[in-house]
Amino acid sequence: MAITLDQTIEQRQRNWLSEVISGQTFWVLIAVVLACIFLSFATDSFATAKNLYNITRNVTFVAIIALGMTLVIITGGIDLSVGSVLCLCSMVLAITMNAGYSIEIGIAAAVGTALLVGAFNGVLIAYLDFPPFVVTLGMLSIARSLAMVASNNTVVFQFGPDHDKLLALGGGAWFFGIANPVLYMVVLALLTGFVLRWTRFGRYVFAIGGNEHAATLTGVPVRRIKVAVYMVSALSAGIAGIVQTGWLGAVTTNIGAGMELQVIAAAVIGGANLAGGVGTAFGALVGAALIEVIRNSLGLLGINAFWQGTFIGGAIVLAVLFDRIRNLRQSE
Amino acid sequence: MTARSRGQLIDGSSSFCINECNRFSGRRSAERDRGRLAHGDGKPAGSGEDGRLAAVLELTNISKHFGAIQAVNDVSFSLEAGQVVGLMGDNGAGKSTLVKMIAGNFRPSEGTMRLDGKEIVMHRPVEARQHGIEIVHQDLALCNNLTAAANVFLGRELRRGIGPLKVLDYKTMYRRAGEIFKELKSETRPRDLVKQMSGGQRQAVAIGRTMLSEAKIVLMDEPTAAISVRQVAEVLNLIRELRDRGIAVVLISHRMPDVFTVADRVIVMRRGRKVADKSIAASSPEEVTGLITGAIEQV
Repeated sequence: MAITLDQTIEQRQRNWLSEVISGQTFWVLIAVVLACIFLSFATDSFATAKNLYNITRNVTFVAIIALGMTLVIITGGIDLSVGSVLCLCSMVLAITMNAGYSIEIGIAAAVGTALLVGAFNGVLIAYLDFPPFVVTLGMLSIARSLAMVASNNTVVFQFGPDHDKLLALGGGAWFFGIANPVLYMVVLALLTGFVLRWTRFGRYVFAIGGNEHAATLTGVPVRRIKVAVYMVSALSAGIAGIVQTGWLGAVTTNIGAGMELQVIAAAVIGGANLAGGVGTAFGALVGAALIEVIRNSLGLLGINAFWQGTFIGGAIVLAVLFDRIRNLRQSE
Repeated sequence: MTARSRGQLIDGSSSFCINECNRFSGRRSAERDRGRLAHGDGKPAGSGEDGRLAAVLELTNISKHFGAIQAVNDVSFSLEAGQVVGLMGDNGAGKSTLVKMIAGNFRPSEGTMRLDGKEIVMHRPVEARQHGIEIVHQDLALCNNLTAAANVFLGRELRRGIGPLKVLDYKTMYRRAGEIFKELKSETRPRDLVKQMSGGQRQAVAIGRTMLSEAKIVLMDEPTAAISVRQVAEVLNLIRELRDRGIAVVLISHRMPDVFTVADRVIVMRRGRKVADKSIAASSPEEVTGLITGAIEQV
């Protein structure tokens, strides 16, 4: 009896391979790879160094914010303000540097702005029990408006003494010809993945999404973790804003408009569950990659750009459909 | 027929079944006696003054009122190591308020609590935990998306590393959780997600939490309320495991059969007052039903 009990307890129900294959992220990744292979044969221009450079770089901005968004979604929340926060942080950076300050001060100001906005969102949500949707919807409006106020709704394209440094930061390719933003994305993704899997903070993020009441009862500092999560989300938008400013070389008050929906789409396609409790850093990258590949391929295949929304929307529904089918099968 | 006596009849019929089982098979009562004999030098624990073990927790004249509402009124009793106490009473009788005071959720308005002879005052549930008082919540407070081991260690994760660079110690947590399930004799795998588990396994995970530290008292709030008959047996076994480890268990339950199967002593509350506190052997389901409904005033 004791031996069989031992064996039962020691037994692993699933090995890592079946665990990987059963995940939504895996199938989306397969879709991305298949699409890339197909496009390499179907078009002459897809598998060129220039196009791949473009794709990887375009992916990054959505992907970096999707990393932060994934954390928020895992806790069962949502952050609609990221597009506007990206704009506000870019503008703060641009105006600070335009006024003659160094790049370090500009970045510090932008990061500080992001953290402040995130803390504001987080405190309202965690301590005053506001619905995340409402608070971040409000911030979506506020942050963009502040960016307009700060810049008087003009385009900033002069970044003072450190102008070239900023452009190199966002537009350069310091490592083996890989675009800088891609490097930032990979580093941030590894960091996010590590935090989610190996730290107590990451464990608490999942616990809050799984059962917030249980987390509170077992002594998890739910409120502080929630504030931190919204700060991380805003910070990811801020970082994306800084990098994007360097890449574009100019800031207007409409950058990042509508980006929150792309970011949420990327996180959800990558396997994050809006009900909370599920999501990975890798999934956020894969989701963002799928969206970008769809966008890129439609252009290359000569399909009217008006179809873009249909294909991306279809991808969202299809990705989640697989997950639903699996769940239905399990519950039967 | 009054509503009161009708309720008594319904409850009485379910307890009647048990009595019949006991009389004809003798299996249940034999099992109960065997459990009792496992400790306390062959003397049935809590059966009388002579077999009395050291009191772990002593409540003296505890009262709690919320504004004008007197939820608990002048209640005194003690809990002893290795004893299962069934706490019974109708809805609103003050059971959960009483338990919440022991678990540190509320502070008593009047009265004192002594743990191992020392008076304690608790402001937060964390302090109760530090004193070795653990609670298993009615809804179990589990995260479905986490593994059994992660749930056992929730809020008390083990980590390894140097200085501020600490990572979760998965290996040790899986091993410790496995050991705990083994001790509970529950077929629960530490690596399984809780959402895939049966009711009995989920109970084992929730109870496993109480075994991380050296708990002296485990409070269980309706552990058998929403699970199948087979799983009830599993949970009652878990309770016996806790008792055999010398832990004082308080079992809050509406289910007469459970209390009479596993408890050594029964405390009945009615309208905030303790109306009975006696050994199971000296009581009967009929008597307890009468006490709960008020057909019997006090014993």
